[in-house]
Amino acid sequence: MRFRTFFASLALPLAATVSLTSVAAQAAGKTLTVYTYESFIAEWGPGPLVKEAFEKECDCTLNWVGVEDGVALLNRVKLEGDSAEAGVVLGLDTNLVAEAKATGLFEPHDIDTAAVDVPGGFSDDTFVPFDYGYFAVVYDTQTIDTPPASLKELVEGDPAQKIVIEDPRTSTPGLGLLLWMKTVYGDGAADAWEKLNDRILTVTPGWSEAYGLFTNGEAPMVLSYTTSPAYHMVAEDSDRYQAASFSEGHYMQIEVAGILKTAPEKDLAREFMAFMTSPAFQDAIPTHNWMLPAAAIDMELPEAFDKLVVPETSLLFPPEDVADNRKAWIDEWIAAMSR
Amino acid sequence: MTTAHLTRAEARAAGFGGVAAIALVGLGIAVPVAALLVLGADTPPDFSVDAYLWRITRFTLWQAALSTALSILFAIPLARALARRPRFPGRIWILRLFAVPLGLPPLVAALGLLSVWGNNGFINRMLGEIFGTAPLSIYGLSGILIAHVFFNLPLAARLMLMGLERQPQEYWKNAAILGMGGWTVFRLIEWPAVARPAAGAAGLVFMLCVTSFTLVLILGGGPGATTLEVAIFQALRFDFDPPRAIWLAVIQIVLTSLALLLLRLIGGEDERSQLLAIGNDRLDATGRLGKSLDIVLIAAGAAFVFAPMAATLVSGLSADFSRLIFRPALWQAIATSLGIAASAAVLSILVALLLIRARFAAPDRPTAGKLAVDTLAGATGSLVLLVPPVVMGAGWFLLLRGGRSSMLAPLAIIVTINAMMALPFVMRVLETAYRAVLNRNGRLALSLGVTGWNRIRRVDLPALARPLRAALAFAMALSLGDLGAIALFGNEDLATLPWLLYQSMGSYRTTDAAGLALILGVLCVTLMIIADRSPAETRENRR
Repeated sequence: MRFRTFFASLALPLAATVSLTSVAAQAAGKTLTVYTYESFIAEWGPGPLVKEAFEKECDCTLNWVGVEDGVALLNRVKLEGDSAEAGVVLGLDTNLVAEAKATGLFEPHDIDTAAVDVPGGFSDDTFVPFDYGYFAVVYDTQTIDTPPASLKELVEGDPAQKIVIEDPRTSTPGLGLLLWMKTVYGDGAADAWEKLNDRILTVTPGWSEAYGLFTNGEAPMVLSYTTSPAYHMVAEDSDRYQAASFSEGHYMQIEVAGILKTAPEKDLAREFMAFMTSPAFQDAIPTHNWMLPAAAIDMELPEAFDKLVVPETSLLFPPEDVADNRKAWIDEWIAAMSR
Repeated sequence: MTTAHLTRAEARAAGFGGVAAIALVGLGIAVPVAALLVLGADTPPDFSVDAYLWRITRFTLWQAALSTALSILFAIPLARALARRPRFPGRIWILRLFAVPLGLPPLVAALGLLSVWGNNGFINRMLGEIFGTAPLSIYGLSGILIAHVFFNLPLAARLMLMGLERQPQEYWKNAAILGMGGWTVFRLIEWPAVARPAAGAAGLVFMLCVTSFTLVLILGGGPGATTLEVAIFQALRFDFDPPRAIWLAVIQIVLTSLALLLLRLIGGEDERSQLLAIGNDRLDATGRLGKSLDIVLIAAGAAFVFAPMAATLVSGLSADFSRLIFRPALWQAIATSLGIAASAAVLSILVALLLIRARFAAPDRPTAGKLAVDTLAGATGSLVLLVPPVVMGAGWFLLLRGGRSSMLAPLAIIVTINAMMALPFVMRVLETAYRAVLNRNGRLALSLGVTGWNRIRRVDLPALARPLRAALAFAMALSLGDLGAIALFGNEDLATLPWLLYQSMGSYRTTDAAGLALILGVLCVTLMIIADRSPAETRENRR
């Protein structure tokens, strides 16, 4: 390798990367930057549709910035402090709300939330729900004929029939199952975990790993969402994977958005939050984010959504309880699972 | 003994270069850590060591030690068999494909491994057909060990093979003439040639296994199998407690350094033979039994490494490529990935060359300062792997929060972090080769008066062309598969292939993800082909 080429090879790829990836300056006018999680803005996600619909009525430019997931979203806000360029943060879930408020970086939304309709009713002066979902055990109908009908049956069922779960230390679904067990078993949760441990094939760092193992046939059950079967029915035309309905009820995940104190265009941010509760935004949720809409929609839902499990009881801890007890409950989980 | 190989000015320049490189890497780590401690902490640091921390620390070191021992133990006979059979059909392809695990994101590798070893894997299905038994579960320590050997056996074997192939042709010829038996050849020639790369590879493998995260969680079966890296990730992500994360990282670095020091003490001595004609014709390796054994070993090693890759290939082929290749995002991601990987690899090589030259010049007159440079340069070249990328990324991000809207800052951070992660690999590929070149050409260059810049340009670098290309390919493969640094910045204009892959995986699009994994694998193999494009000419020279 010649020396000049050697140096050129340092400079060129860098320059090429910059020029290939740099985006042309946006057209003049107001700009709203929204932080969200990356699957929201994937080319198949709701992001592109929402951008198009909002820009049509706001005479502005909507910029998405996507990070890994809801937890990473809160961390990014914390890392940036008061120098964030975003106006709106979209994609925190209720378990993160108390912590997000404690940062003091968000301000009251001041919008009319009458359109919002989530089971159990969630109202907050800072955060507005935009979708919700229920955690559920999704199973493979080719292996399992009679799925567990309750969390109790899951805990006490045949240990040879395995389930893959996510780690509450590293992922939101993992934390969801932890809270689910806590709402149902209370102080007996540790014993229930110890029992369930025999059925757990493995504990993965995130949802993707768990679901990948499940669809690869490693285990006939996985912790996912009630809406997961809708994806397979709509996009793959397959009803092989179904969610089990649990008699104790299902733990909820409500996803919310809030306005940052440092938002450069506050009115625009508020306009977006209001838009979020309108059908133009909500229509993108069911078949693009594969969650349930948090307000009225103006579209025909695919038939598959009629077949989904609709829990009789929605379980949810108040955000403050989660914030106060999360560490202790995770410690309890580790101890029970390591016995 | 190196006095005669560098002029005084060259030795001084090499020393300065080494100090500069150490400072660069040191700053690259210290600055983000300081930023996190100063700007990111709002709670008093928690320096406690509880039972949980104590338990995961023990587990971290225990699984890493076992994984390392197994990888090295299997790599020695495999490297030896490969060295003894230079004309083994498809040998070059075996070596090329050995680099692929390095470039695979852990999730892809885990799924590939499970297609072979998992409950629904090839082996269990075959056993089920024959014996009708319940599946053998690998979840637990055995799964972790299989995964770590899969990742590290090929790496270790390649590094040791390089050591064997650097042995002079005359050694093998003489061994054949003297009629030495296989064991004698191993004891007198092969082991001395393998020991040093084996010790180097062991250190590298140990560090890689200490910092293993995704594989340990997926295959470990539960929180009983937790490494320190998981705790660091948890501290930074869920608890957002940077001082705690840094404290855990410090524990990880100190304990691993001690383990590496131990390894150094029992490791082999540096061989600095005067190199004669280098070649790998093995006149000594003609016995029929030995030959069959070689073939069995190579076949077994290749099967172990290639089966999970074949599974990845098969599931990748089911992807709808006609749709995938028309996604502009794919091509942009490939360009971004290659750009970042190439920049990181070149930066890494530059720093490595500076460090190696400094180490070579150091023992000239062993003053305390020079010894310090030597030790620090060696440590820099390896310990950097133990600094969790997520900690460095968070620190840099915190520091540069003003300049985020520009693309250059996050890009530079990602390249820097990837370059640092690749440094230990690059050092191992280049160090022995560079020392050999300096030893071989040193006197000649001096007597011809070719010194300084001219010598680096006209003598050293051309002679290093092959190891340089190998280092470049290794480092690029490594950053190609890396998601760590980019996940934090979340800039869709900087989406890389692994980012795209995880995005597909995270929205039920598993077949797309499998297709992307295949593309990633093909890129790695292509890099390796480019890296050893020259075997034809070397073979000509040999005849």
